Amino acid sequence: MKITGSCREGVLTLRFHGELDHHVSREAMEALSERIDAFLPGSCVLDLRDLSFMDSSGIALILRAEKKMRELDGSLRISGVGEQPLRVLRAAGTDKRIPIESE
Amino acid sequence: MSALNTVKVEFQSHSANEAFARSCAACFAAQLDPTLEELGDLKTAVSEAVTNAVVHAYPAEIGRVLMKLRLLEGNVLEVTVKDWGCGIPDVEKAMEPLYTTGGEERSGMGFSIMACFMDKLHVRSVPGRGTSVVMRKKFSTRGKP
Ligand SMILES: Nc1ncnc2c1ncn2[C@@H]1O[C@H](COP(=O)(O)OP(=O)(O)OP(=O)(O)O)[C@@H](O)[C@H]1O
Ligand SMILES: [Mg+2]
Repeated sequence: MKITGSCREGVLTLRFHGELDHHVSREAMEALSERIDAFLPGSCVLDLRDLSFMDSSGIALILRAEKKMRELDGSLRISGVGEQPLRVLRAAGTDKRIPIESE
Repeated sequence: MSALNTVKVEFQSHSANEAFARSCAACFAAQLDPTLEELGDLKTAVSEAVTNAVVHAYPAEIGRVLMKLRLLEGNVLEVTVKDWGCGIPDVEKAMEPLYTTGGEERSGMGFSIMACFMDKLHVRSVPGRGTSVVMRKKFSTRGKP
């Protein structure tokens, strides 16, 4: 699991690479929080095109990121989601709370 | 139902073994010639069950987790994930969507995802003795006999 990011004109894009499960979720949340705190963006995009696997640990992480962005009066959306993560997001109903653009 | 093929894997409840367990289940399922979607669903359900053993069954220690994989008649795969941890006082309640004792690091969706991605889900638990999660999934035959 790796998170890379760039911030342009107040939009922070965070790209997730690899597999997001409980084993890596704490480290991933720290990396994500650090980036949001450093850039204080108006909006944040989680780019999941290189995320090959995610389970409910990813759901918790995404909901926490959304809460963090809301506290900054910003917004969060998800882009580039592949098949497996999308099925998990749908099963958990996350697609009803957060805008998702699939691949 | 008698099994056509079985595998048992026992491992310690280290979080690194979550990825091991789901990959292992996917490898076993390869003999069913699964679609990518079926494999993804299986890996997700196994990841949920094993993560629960790691996180909830043994919150303060490293314990044993047993995963049994059984290939049954009619292209059905059965997965059992068993622990000897703290157990669940009220299984029905634990299986409700959003119910969690795990705080904000958890979403309370594990059992819902297992139920959604597998055809059958059965949970047995005795407080102080442990928990066993049995799941079954029928795989498509994709036009094969
Ligand atoms: N093997 C287990 N041993 C003890 N308690 C368990 C076990 N599995 C589940 N539980 C209990 O059932 C609750 C619900 O489990 P579920 O997997 O649905 O959600 P979660 O693990 O809390 O969150 P998520 O799976 O979304 O990260 C857990 O919070 C825990 O209290
Ligand atoms: Mg869980």
